[in-house]
Parts: sequence; structure tokens; C-alpha cells
Amino acid sequence: MASVCFYFQFHQPYRLRPYSVFDRGTDYFDHERNAALCRKVAQKCYLPACRLLLDLVQRHEGRFRFSISLSGIILEQFERYCPEVLDLLRQLSGTGCVELLAETYHHTLAFLYSRTEFAEQVRMHSDRIAELFGQTPKVFRNTELVYNNELAHFVAEMGYETILCEGVDRLLGFRTPALIYHPPKLPHVKLLLKNYRLSDDIAFRFGNRNWPEWPLTAERFAEWIDQVNGHGDLVNLFMDVETLGEHQWADTGIFEFVKALPGRVLQSARNEFRTISEAVIAYPVDGAYDVPELTSWADTERDLSAWLGNPMQSNALAELYRLERAVRASGDEALLTDWRRLQTSDHVYYMCTKSFADADVHRYFNPYESPYDSYINFMNVLDNLRSRLPVKNAALQDRASA
Amino acid sequence: MLGWEFPPYISGGLGTACFGLTRALSQLGVEVLFVLPRPVPDSHSQHVRLLTPATFFAGTAEERQRAAQFARVTFLAVDAIMRPYATVETVEPMTSVDVEAALKSGPPIPGVRPTLRSVSGMRGGAPHADGGADYTGDLFTQVNRYAHYVAEIVETYDFDVIHAHDWMTYPAGILASRLSGKPLVVHVHSTEFDRSGINVNQAIYDIERAGMQAATRVITVSYLTKTLATRHYAVSPDKVDVVYNAIDHDGDSGRPIPQIRRNEKIVLFLGRITMQKGPEYFVRAAKKVLEVMDDVRFIMAGSGDMVRSSIELAESLGIGDKVLFTGFLRGPDVERVFRMADLYVMPSVSEPFGIAPLEAIMQNVPVLISKQSGVSEILTHALKVDFWDIDEMANKIVAVLRHPPLHATLHQQSSFEVSRLRWTDSARGCVQVYEKALAHSVAPV
Repeated sequence: MASVCFYFQFHQPYRLRPYSVFDRGTDYFDHERNAALCRKVAQKCYLPACRLLLDLVQRHEGRFRFSISLSGIILEQFERYCPEVLDLLRQLSGTGCVELLAETYHHTLAFLYSRTEFAEQVRMHSDRIAELFGQTPKVFRNTELVYNNELAHFVAEMGYETILCEGVDRLLGFRTPALIYHPPKLPHVKLLLKNYRLSDDIAFRFGNRNWPEWPLTAERFAEWIDQVNGHGDLVNLFMDVETLGEHQWADTGIFEFVKALPGRVLQSARNEFRTISEAVIAYPVDGAYDVPELTSWADTERDLSAWLGNPMQSNALAELYRLERAVRASGDEALLTDWRRLQTSDHVYYMCTKSFADADVHRYFNPYESPYDSYINFMNVLDNLRSRLPVKNAALQDRASA
Repeated sequence: MLGWEFPPYISGGLGTACFGLTRALSQLGVEVLFVLPRPVPDSHSQHVRLLTPATFFAGTAEERQRAAQFARVTFLAVDAIMRPYATVETVEPMTSVDVEAALKSGPPIPGVRPTLRSVSGMRGGAPHADGGADYTGDLFTQVNRYAHYVAEIVETYDFDVIHAHDWMTYPAGILASRLSGKPLVVHVHSTEFDRSGINVNQAIYDIERAGMQAATRVITVSYLTKTLATRHYAVSPDKVDVVYNAIDHDGDSGRPIPQIRRNEKIVLFLGRITMQKGPEYFVRAAKKVLEVMDDVRFIMAGSGDMVRSSIELAESLGIGDKVLFTGFLRGPDVERVFRMADLYVMPSVSEPFGIAPLEAIMQNVPVLISKQSGVSEILTHALKVDFWDIDEMANKIVAVLRHPPLHATLHQQSSFEVSRLRWTDSARGCVQVYEKALAHSVAPV
């Protein structure tokens, strides 16, 4: 039996407005642009994708099942700018065929800087999902699938027994991402690894006319899925939902492909779809997947270099998290929210100076002409945010950093 | 190859470009006959003198080593003086010691006064009344004289293509092409529109236009300049190829990053202080920077017809003690001033290419350049700004001075980027243009 586990990520950041060193305002975010982008992507992707997925669940009478993860701030933006997406998401959740996953509310890299903040944001997110959809997430996935053994331990202590991560070749060796693994010394925790080859066939290569497999048909892809039988149990297809209509435009035929896929997969009685939690019940755990280093699902390196690859990026995050104690001590809710919105990983992603093969992916909705402009803007905002701290609390940040 | 300046006697990027290109062409196996205007020191008998690389580079030991790199080059020095930027060598250069001393001492800065004096003592008359570029009165005579001697050379020497650099050599190029029947390639390093804005000197424009029109092929140093050539000189875009400049990597590898610890940050402007280079925007941005930061000094290194007005502007903005004018700097002094700088700014209004930012990067100085520059087409790891956007210029200057990680990242990335720019690639670009020109000239009419 081969189970297809689709997981779609929904996220958009609050992009900053151009903020010069001479600016003094405390409204840091470009509401117009964020609204316009949210609506634009909704038209091209969120709305048609959700409608299609809902239709597929209904048409296949529950045999098409999948998982999604929604950042807290995309939910806020849907509520404000595109409530109809939220309605569709509620309907999807209501079918009982769609599992919602846990993540940090502001789509952050907090795990690397502050465990307190990380845990708090995961709780905030979980509460919000429960409030909106009536289901409490049981499976954890960190921002951009950033993962290592330590994260597994920490998240397991928070009560999550299933975690998603990237299936990195250099760590898997000859093993397959088609089995369930556990972190070293945590036999009760289950890891589901992204099958990056098959995931990226859809997410990155689908519309590429130079790809030998172009044009990819649902029939052909279902054959590849079927080939897993005998070698493993799972085909973990993890991707951004923007794949459907935004990264791959409608004219590539992506919607027709996804529409036809469940039927093709289910043609064979030995294949099925499962949510993440259903998959971990259905299959045994194979062995330990040891990840001593930080991995992610980004770029060809599958590491953190997209967010922490140069001195600007590490400086921006270090300076931001250095304010944690002072921001908390201020008791200023607006300040806390602004500080959290600056934690969204996209802000440092825009500062990435890597180019070459991954340059195109880095350009999606990037509001800056260069990584340097992005850093300058971020640091100007951070300077202003710092100036809002009460003086006695500003001293706290120095003690914290000492 | 028809040029008008060559190291060590240079006033700007053209001499550097001619040096880099000629050497790389020689190394690619191209025979180059380089015609260069040079004042004749004593003898009046010869107006055209042949110089082998060995006699041309006869100075220091370092120079003599260079001769080998120019094995396929013959230099012909002709008796003409072509110095379009009259102010270049006329301002007394302040020595590097003076610069450092001036920086150390508090206000008032002694550097400002001497520079004022030296500016008022400039040769070459008053600047162009309407603010355009300043040309000495008999420059056109010299241009014709150069053309006259080039005509003599055509009769004596053999060559396949004529490659003429900028307007002063175009009349010679046109003449040489007519006399020899060989194709003319003109290389546009700058145009009258870049140098003088809207106050275009009609006589120079006419020569530029005639050169571009007469040429079989036109080389521009950027797409920015290609656009100017097609828009203002009615050159068909099909006739124009872009060949970017590069930078010399000799002896610059492994240079240690200077560790001069100062409380004061230094922002550098280096270039001719003329309208084209945007000195006024630099001074105005300095004023904005000083509104939010103390302990910043702005150095303006160079000479030109806007030195006086720039000094006056700084004084009137109340930042006279923060802006230091050094006059024109040469070789070692340029290097020293780069080493002191935390940021190099090129706010040019219209810069066909701009080699200076590449030199700054080679000296480990990050750069802020105007978007109105050809070099911004090939430089990704630089801060960029519209020359008129003083607020944004100041914003970016402050950021570099305040945030060492920005300086570090720019430095790392831009050094790598610039290390890949080679004159050999530029020379290959020229060879391709020669081939096109030759193919065109032998094609049936």
C-alpha cells in the first residue's frame, strides 16, 4: 500500500513599507501592498486552489485527503482582505478530510533564537487554529521545514509526536524518504520526510518546457507514485499552495493536473491518500533519522543559508531577538506585535545574497531591488522600534546581551 | 588605435581603459599601433615618434616589467596636446600627509583654505559660463593637428581596422579611414550629453555625430551610452555593440584589509568635480547625514570647475568643517584616500561607465553609485540610488556607517563580483567588433 500525503503551506508576510532613517512613524507595514498582493494571489491561487481541493474531496467521497498549514499572519490577512478564502478553508476543515498543522504564528525562525518566544508563538497559533476551525493541531512543522534533532526534542516536550522535515540526501544516505523515521533517542516521535524529487517535480519543474518530462501528466505522475509500492509506504508531497496558480501559472495546466491526479492514483487499489496523522497510525516506524545540523526545504543546499547566509542576515535577527526582554517588559502590546511581525522569516530571506540556480525562487513578491536595500529598510524600522522602548527597559537589552 | 591619454598621464577613466584594453589585445595576439598625443620635450624635428614598449615604459623597474605585456604594441607619439579637462593638473595636489593631518585636527580644517587658493589660481580661464565642460581655447587646433599627423602615419604603417577613442580622435579616425579605405570603429567612452547635460557644445556634438555616423561599427561602454548614441546621435542600434570596461587585477591580490581604527567615519567622493559627477548632490546628502550622525567626514578628492561652488555650498549649509577638499590626487595618494574611506560614493548625473567604483571595491571599499551609470549595469553588489534622490543617498550612507554587517557583506560580495571582470573579456568583445567591421567592409555593395 502506498499513501500519498499532500501538505500545502499557506503564508504571506507583512511586507515593510519603505522606511528611511529619517522616518519617524510607527506604522511599519505596507498595508496597501500587502492587501493588493493578498488579493492578487487569492485570485490566481488561494481561491481556485481551495475550490478545486474542496471539489476533489467531495467528488472522491473522502478518499482524497490531505494536510495544510496556515501561518497566523496569512489568516489575519485573509480575514482582513479576502474573507472568502477563510470561508473555503472552514469548509475544507469541516469535511473531516483536511488536517491542519502546527507552526509558529508569525512564520518565524524563533527556534534558533528564543525557545520562550518559539513556544509562545506555537501556542498562539494552535489557539487561533482551534478558534477558527475547531481542530487542534497534532503535527508540527517548523517554518520552511527548519529542523534538527534538538528541535525534535523540544517540540516533543511541548507534546507534539509527529514532525515534518526535509528528506535530505546527505543525511538519509541510501535510505528512502518513503518510510516513517524517529529522531535519535525519541522512539515515540514520528518524522515524515519530504520526498523532494516528486514534490519538486510539481512545485518547480511542472511548467518548465526544458524539463525532459514536460509536459507532466497525472497519469505519468500516478505511475511514479505507484512505483513506491514495494520500496516504502509514503509519498510525502510537501509544497507551498502557491504552486497551484502562482508559482505554476494556470496556463501550465497545473489545475487540470491536480484535478486529474486523485482519480489516477486511486485507480489502483493499492494506493490511497492520507492526512499526516492517519499515515503515522497506519505504518510502522523504520529507524532513526539523525539530523545533527539544521536543515530546511530551501534551495539546493537544504540548509539555512537562504536566511542566515551572510552577516546582514545574522545581524538583523540577532539585533531583533536581543530586544526580547525589553519588549516583553514594556508591557506594550502594540510594540510586542510589531516586534513579532518583524520575526517573519521573509524579511531576512529578502536579504539573501546567494544567486545562481535559486535566484528565481527568491524573487517571488520581493519588494526590494537588492538584498542591501532590504537590510537597510529592516534596520531602520528596528531602530525606530528600539526607540519606542521605555528607557529603563532599554537597559535590559544590554544586560541580556552581555 | 587612436587614443588621447595613457597612464601615467590620465585625467579619467579613458586612459585606464586604453591601457587595459591595449594590453589585453596584445596578450590575445592582436598587433596594436597605438597613436598617442604627447608634448615633444625638446626636439622640433620630429612630429611623430615611434616608441617600442621598451622605450615607452622606460621609467621605473615596475614600468619596465610592463613592457613585456605590451609585446605586440607599437606606440606612436604625435606632437599634440590634448587635455580636454583643463583643470586636471592645474590644481596643486594636496599630499596624503596633508589629508591625514587635516583629518586629525579639529575644525576649522586647514585643507579647505589652500584648496580655495589653488582653485582661484587655476590656469585655463574662467569655467564655461553656462556651467558646461571646460575646454581650452585651442583644443580644436590640437584635434586637427592630431588628425594631420595621423594622416602621415596612414601612409607609413599597415593596419586592418581603425579604433578611435572618444571625440578628439574621431576627425583623425575619419580621415584615416578615408585615406586607407579601412573600416573605422569608434569607441564611445563618454558623450557631450554626459559631460555637459543640456549645455551641449555644438562643435563637439557635431564631431561626435560625424564620428559615429562615419564609423562602420560603434562600441559603447554601456547600454546607457548605447541609448544616448541611438537617441541623440541617430545611430542605428544594430551598428552599436556594448563592451564593458574591466579592472586591472595586478598586484592587488592578498592586500591586507587596513585596520585603521578611528572614531570618525569617512565618506569619499573621488572624481572630477564637475556637473557630470554630481558633487552638489554629494554635499547635500552630507548635510542630511550629519543631521542624524556626528563624527562623519566627507572627503571630496578631485578637481574641476565646480570645486569652488561645492566649497561654497558646504559653507552655506553650515558643514564646511565636515567636508574636506583635497584637490586632484595621483596614484599612491588615491590608494591612501581609498584606504581611509568607509564608503565611496559616485553620485554621477550621467556616467557612461565609471571605473572608479571598481577601483574602490579593489581597495576594499564598498560603493554607493547612481543608477544613472553604466557600471551599475554590471555591478549587483553595490548600493544604488537615483542621483537626485538626496534623502535616499543619505539613508544609504548612514546605513553603511552604522551597520558594520552591511559594510562586510557588500565588501565580501562585491570583491568576488569584481574579481571576475577581466580586460581580456573586454578585448575579446573588441575583436568581435573588428570582425564585424571587416566583414561589413568587404561585403559587396
